Amino acid sequence: MKVLVPVKRVIDYNVKARVKADQTGIELANVKMSMNPFDEISVEEALRLREAGIAEEVVAVSIGEQKCQETIRTALAMGADRGIHVLHDGETEPLAVAKILRALAEKEEPKVIILGKQAIDDDCNQTGQMLAALLGWGQATFISRLEIAGDTVSATREVDGGLQNIELALPVILTTDLRLNEPRYASLPNIMKAKRKPIDQYTPEDLEVDPAPRLRVLRVVEPPGREAGVKVETVTELVDKLRNDAKVI
Amino acid sequence: MAVLIVAEHDNSELKPATLHAVTAGLAIGGGLELLVAGHDCAGVAEQAASVAGVGTVKLADAPEYANGLAENMARLLVQVAADYTHVLAPATTFGKDVMPRAAALLDTQQISDISEVVDADTFVRPIYAGNALATVQSSDAVKLITVRTTAFEAAETGSGSGTVTALGAAGDAGLSRYVGSELSSSERPELTSARVVISGGRGMQSGENFPLIEAVADRLGAAVGASRAAVDAGYVPNDYQVGQTGKVVAPELYIAVGISGAIQHLAGMKDSKVIVAINKDEEAPIFQVADYGLVADLFKAVPELEEELERQGYGT
Ligand SMILES: Cc1cc2nc3c(=O)[nH]c(=O)nc-3n(C[C@H](O)[C@H](O)[C@H](O)COP(=O)(O)OP(=O)(O)OC[C@H]3O[C@@H](n4cnc5c(N)ncnc54)[C@H](O)[C@@H]3O)c2cc1C
Ligand SMILES: Nc1ncnc2c1ncn2[C@@H]1O[C@H](COP(=O)(O)O)[C@@H](O)[C@H]1O
Repeated sequence: MKVLVPVKRVIDYNVKARVKADQTGIELANVKMSMNPFDEISVEEALRLREAGIAEEVVAVSIGEQKCQETIRTALAMGADRGIHVLHDGETEPLAVAKILRALAEKEEPKVIILGKQAIDDDCNQTGQMLAALLGWGQATFISRLEIAGDTVSATREVDGGLQNIELALPVILTTDLRLNEPRYASLPNIMKAKRKPIDQYTPEDLEVDPAPRLRVLRVVEPPGREAGVKVETVTELVDKLRNDAKVI
Repeated sequence: MAVLIVAEHDNSELKPATLHAVTAGLAIGGGLELLVAGHDCAGVAEQAASVAGVGTVKLADAPEYANGLAENMARLLVQVAADYTHVLAPATTFGKDVMPRAAALLDTQQISDISEVVDADTFVRPIYAGNALATVQSSDAVKLITVRTTAFEAAETGSGSGTVTALGAAGDAGLSRYVGSELSSSERPELTSARVVISGGRGMQSGENFPLIEAVADRLGAAVGASRAAVDAGYVPNDYQVGQTGKVVAPELYIAVGISGAIQHLAGMKDSKVIVAINKDEEAPIFQVADYGLVADLFKAVPELEEELERQGYGT
């Protein structure tokens, strides 16, 4: 069985995003970029499926500019077997990404596709669900536990009220939440090995997908700032302020 | 123009999140209808009909909707969407699971987590953990949208006079099966709608120390939340997590205890009206957003806070 893992290149989670002065987007020049943290969790889960003998091959996919190959290399260094890069300069919206992934799924025929629940740049939380719809597969989103036995997938989902357990049959789309696992670091030998692993390249046109965004971004602005307030010295002073100045208790 | 709101409920109660989505729907304009899909949920449809501004409530009552599974819900949405210009759901785990699936089937680029309606085609949404606000315009025929509940007031209930009409079910997709839930039960108010929230972070050191926070919560009628670090360490359940990838809250008062104030945490609480931070490190970034900062050891300050509230007659 093959597992496909879409990995997105995003601004590093430690970097505070800054809005461009012309309000067209976020400043990304000279900013540290990394694999979307949820996608690291996906890669880890796929590798565990392979190590458990459930999967034979783990394929990392990224869609975007040439530098996405670095993100694929990161997945290969963690242990993925090979990569696929779909070269596209410019914005990638979830619907277009889902269509590209559908085309790749039809070529590669994986039984499991593991995506992150959310990309930390666009914060969309859509792509996995969209891909599941396009393929007509079942979906287990925001999962914190996964078991695959034969054709049966049992998953625990993190939902607003707590946890939900569902069962599905392969093939399946999974999206990862933070508590699913603790991703491994790539060891130096594996980083070296990753350099020799193959990465296939396509364009959206090769896959007959129009990647043009549907949404027009009119402007991107900074949110209203919050000013730091005052320091209080004692708990009594705090309660007094909350009661008499802020009037919130 | 006609707007459909997908109601969130548990087959007996309409979830408050739905009321916030209704307000966003009313801001778009046009007629407003509610879809209640569930099983043995006629009572929910009645509640939905009493929400101010709601015209018709469409009730799809069938076993395949009992647990809100996305595969079945999306099928139903595709069947009804053609009658509407906009379909909205709250940006809860329910809405986030269901709506993109329906959007893809309708070949629509969903707009996630809107915080403002500019006009019927144009919406504002936070991106990059709330560090930027994007104004986006859609030309899709049917717009699928999830709504950031904290950005819109709850619509009033009780005064509406909607009518309930039954809708044919779209059948079971047969792709997933609900096994069961482990829901946290609490006497305290729900995190996303509470007037006061008090959250603990890694500084709490263990789950055994959370009662310190709970005692204050009980005095103030507050909900209890947490940082990711506290959830990951197992101090509290996952549904306590406030932040970019957890719950977004915007109470009148947010008290952060032993939380450093990482970008991802701020994303979930910085729209609170008044923020209090209790942290022993005066350099902690949380103080940059706090209206009132107390540099102190929480193990001393939090019990003191509870005593002071008691002394001043809060709670009983
Ligand atoms: C993809 C991704 C998504 C994330 N999503 C979220 C999210 O949704 N929500 C979220 O919260 N985080 C999220 N995070 C994690 C975030 O980056 C931080 O790691 C996390 O918020 C830190 O939690 P904390 O403040 O409790 O812990 P720490 O950063 O360790 O801070 C603990 C604080 O407690 C203080 N302290 C310790 N002891 C005491 C004491 N005795 N008295 C007083 N103060 C004390 C310390 O001074 C320190 O400031 C995410 C991270 C990633 C990568
Ligand atoms: N350009 C992309 N390349 C690869 N994977 C992507 C891309 N965009 C989104 N994804 C996948 O979809 C998930 C959710 O993204 P989103 O729906 O944008 O929040 C990510 O965690 C990735 O797994």
